[in-house]
Parts: sequence; structure tokens; C-alpha cells
Amino acid sequence: MVGIDWLLALSATMFVIGMIGVLIRRNAIVIFMCVELMLNAVNLSLASFSSFHGNIDGQILVFFALAVAAAEAVVGLAIIIAIFRNNLTVDVGQINLLRW
Amino acid sequence: MTVYIFFMLAVLAVGSALAMILNKNTVNSALFLVINMVSLSGIYLLLQAQFLAVIQILVYAGAIMVLFLFVIMLLNVEDEEKLFDKFRFKYFLTFLLGAALIGQIFYSIAGAADMLPEISQSMVTVGTVEAVGDVLFTQYLLPFEMTAILLTAAVVGALMIAQHKIKKEEA
Repeated sequence: MVGIDWLLALSATMFVIGMIGVLIRRNAIVIFMCVELMLNAVNLSLASFSSFHGNIDGQILVFFALAVAAAEAVVGLAIIIAIFRNNLTVDVGQINLLRW
Repeated sequence: MTVYIFFMLAVLAVGSALAMILNKNTVNSALFLVINMVSLSGIYLLLQAQFLAVIQILVYAGAIMVLFLFVIMLLNVEDEEKLFDKFRFKYFLTFLLGAALIGQIFYSIAGAADMLPEISQSMVTVGTVEAVGDVLFTQYLLPFEMTAILLTAAVVGALMIAQHKIKKEEA
């Protein structure tokens, strides 16, 4: 098995890809998927630390993070649907109701 | 052997993540995210975390991505005509920020390389369904029940937000 530094590097790379996606994309659904990608990247580093330490608590935390991610996806997609119904777009550049 | 499998899965994960953020079609992005999650689940299997691997496929690749695809088909948004239509300062800044962040993280990983844990002997037993369930239903029982309440609240909230406004017509 590879060392834990490779797993952490993979996790960091995926996190940064997700962050770049959030910043450059304008489609709200794709931004949301990038947030899921970042959550996954953090889950990977939690799980790898858990396995390398031989301590189960990290994997329990991943389980709870997954449950929270599911709840967050449901509510976020509902919000996207509500916005689309009002504005007929999911382009975050054109949704500026709350912009000062 | 596991090293080769790990690097194959890692390349697949990073490649599909890149393809996801660079794809114009939203459905293709969602499918690339599914590939990413399946390869992550393979990495969980290499880490001997079988429970997490199964949950990753069931919950993420199964439930959440189906929800995403439903919403994409429901909204029927057209493709973005061009991703990088013109050179913008924003893209440059984003790339710079990403490079700075990944540089910082790699630097801190390299700096802490001697403090990182080695592979533990108990790794083979720590991630089984039995071990996870044992801890989950004794030590973490209260958070587990709270998760149930959270999911119920999320479902009710999503229904409230996404339903059509029922116009009350005065007769």
C-alpha cells in the first residue's frame, strides 16, 4: 500500500479542482456538484487517516459527513428549482436579486 | 500490486474531476462525477474500509447523483455555449488561487512527512461493517439518531421550498 502522503496529495488535488470549478463555472448545478467533489476529497483524507491510525472514529465521521451531504444536496437542489421557477435561469451571473 | 491499482484509481479520479469542471454539458459533468465517486470507492476498498466503499456507491453514486440528474433533466438548461469565451481576469485569478492553495497544502504535507502515521496493524479489521456498526450503535448512537431527524427535516424543507405555490383564489 502506498504511504499516506499520496492519499493526502490526491485529496488535496481533488479539493483544489473542486474549488476551481466553484470559482469558474456559472451553472448553479455544476457549482453544486463541485461542492460535492470537495466534500468527497475531505472524506478521503478522513478515511485514510482513520485506516492508517487503526482508529474507527474517522470513518464514523465520514458516515455523518455523508448523511449531511445528502441532506445538503436535497435542500440545495430544491432551492435551485425554486430559483429556476422564478428566474428561468440557473446562471449565477444573472441571479442578482440580493446583490447590493 | 495495490500501488498500481491505487495510482490507476487516483489518475481516474483526478481526470474525471478535471473533465467534470471542464465539460460544457451538465449531464456529462454529472456522469463524470459518478466515475469520480466510483474510483474513490475503489480507493476506500484499498484502505480496507469496505463499509465506506459500499456507502459511497449506494448514497453518492446511487441516490445523490440520481437526484442531480433528475434536476438537470427537469430544468432542461441548455449547454453553456463556450466555457472560456474570452480571456478574463477572473480565470487567471482563479488559477492563481488554486495553484497557491495546492502549493500550500503540498508544502505542509511535505513539512509534516515525518509525523504522518505509518500503516497500522489493525487496519484490516478497522473498516469492516461489523466494526463500524459496533461503534455506531453504542458510542455514537445519539448522533446517529440526530442524523435521522436531520434527514427528515431536510426532506420536509425541500418539499416546502420546491413545491408550486398554491394560489388561494377567493371565490
